[in-house]
Amino acid sequence: MKISVDPEKCTGHARCYGLAPDLFTVDDYGLSSAVGDGSVPPELEDKARLAIANCPEYAIEVVEE
Amino acid sequence: MTDVRPVADWASDFDVLAQEYVNDPFSVWDRLRGECPVAHTDRRGSTWLPTTYRDVVDLAHDIDHFSSIDIIVIPFEGEPPEEPVLLYGIPPISADPPLHTSTRRMILPWFSHRKVDSYEEMTRALCARLVDEFVETGRADAAADYAQQIPVRVIAHILGVPAEMADTFTGWVRAVLEFADDMEGRREAFEGLVTFFIEEIEKRKVTPGDDLLSELLHGELDGQPVEDSLVLGVAALVLIAGVDTTWSAIGSSLWHLATHPEDAKTLASDPEAMPLAIEELLRAYSPVTMARMVTQDVEFQGCPMKAGDKVLMNFPAANRDPEAFDDPDQVILDRAQNRHVAFGSGIHRCAGSNLARMEMRVAIEEWLKRIPDFRIEEGAEVTWAGGQVRGPRNLPVVFP
Ligand code: HEM
Ligand code: SF4
Repeated sequence: MKISVDPEKCTGHARCYGLAPDLFTVDDYGLSSAVGDGSVPPELEDKARLAIANCPEYAIEVVEE
Repeated sequence: MTDVRPVADWASDFDVLAQEYVNDPFSVWDRLRGECPVAHTDRRGSTWLPTTYRDVVDLAHDIDHFSSIDIIVIPFEGEPPEEPVLLYGIPPISADPPLHTSTRRMILPWFSHRKVDSYEEMTRALCARLVDEFVETGRADAAADYAQQIPVRVIAHILGVPAEMADTFTGWVRAVLEFADDMEGRREAFEGLVTFFIEEIEKRKVTPGDDLLSELLHGELDGQPVEDSLVLGVAALVLIAGVDTTWSAIGSSLWHLATHPEDAKTLASDPEAMPLAIEELLRAYSPVTMARMVTQDVEFQGCPMKAGDKVLMNFPAANRDPEAFDDPDQVILDRAQNRHVAFGSGIHRCAGSNLARMEMRVAIEEWLKRIPDFRIEEGAEVTWAGGQVRGPRNLPVVFP
């Protein structure tokens, strides 16, 4: 699984970081991005889906299942 | 004159200050969603009230038609207060881009995760001290003695202004946001607040500190020094936005736990449950309603909105919409899908949301650590404030 954050949609609610701090980093202005190239280790896939389901701006995309 | 006629028809004549709405807005929204999801009133000017998640989010994202230049839910009556010093209003909340964008960037780093982590220790010590005051007595007003005392002191710390003035700050903020029908009180509060910050700014011109106020004053905006009136507006906003809101969220959370002891038990015994629970409490008891001004005539969901009309950004109702949340009136502490908009949606997303979450978590943790089991005092009255910010103002609890 591979994910990415759309910087046009993200407004920095930080729900993703709160739920899956290993998968997202948030800069000083609240903008989130996927850690590394966005690859999600299998054991963190549930966390990734939880983050996706809680982003109020629908900013997190699954690039690769 | 304040309009105190009882509401006969919520779809065409709603009143957010009506006591029944303050006490139980939830059933009003339920009825409206079925009948007329965007209600209207002519009380205090032509105003619209959306009640669905989809509509509230769409409105928040359409910044061309719905401007933030007027975000006050209960407008001033008569002559507007004289505030020539607040040339720019209280940005970023009262601004549209580009002023919104630049002022928001000035403050965001002060409320980043890293920064907020650095405020946690003082917040925890403060909460523990407050509990010390009443824990032995077996009773407390969880709103007035506890929730109300926390955010104002944290904000004072960040701004670098004396914590001893906490009660004065609280008075100003309540007058501006809560006792909104008392125009005279509101005017005085605004004046007090502005005069205070002007003095604080002058002090920092001479001796800068390492607080937010000093940084704003000595920072740059688009390569230019920041004007005093802008610093003033932003500082006033941080105080106004950071106090009533968070205290209401803490108070509502404690009200929930007092009335749902099984949830208090879960949280007291499982610290891991806290982060999702905070989001759920924010969803269910969202304290903040904002407003927008219609910039040009536009039809929204069949409603003929006119330039100058007001639209209430009903984030609390959006968060109770059954189309967006299963069992919306049920508090499910570990709700897995929760795209709540208690902190707004779109470009004005609460700049202080990381701070607010930390304060809520720490306040509840420190309370439950010492008082895991508590109830509303029998026969005592819980009072609520409503309008722009909803939350309990008196919450007498006992813990034998
Ligand atoms: C639980 C507590 C809080 C809630 C529910 C809350 C809610 C909100 C909401 C709904 C907005 C969006 C306004 C709009 O769309 O017009 C907002 C904006 C804002 N809030 Fe909060 N807030 C809280 C705590 C705080 C705190 C602690 C601060 C600290 C400084 C703060 C500072 C701000 C600022 C500066 C804005 C304006 C952002 C902008 O316009 O870009 N808030 N808040
Ligand atoms: S939850 Fe969504 S909007 Fe919020 S920081 Fe993460 S990606 Fe951005």
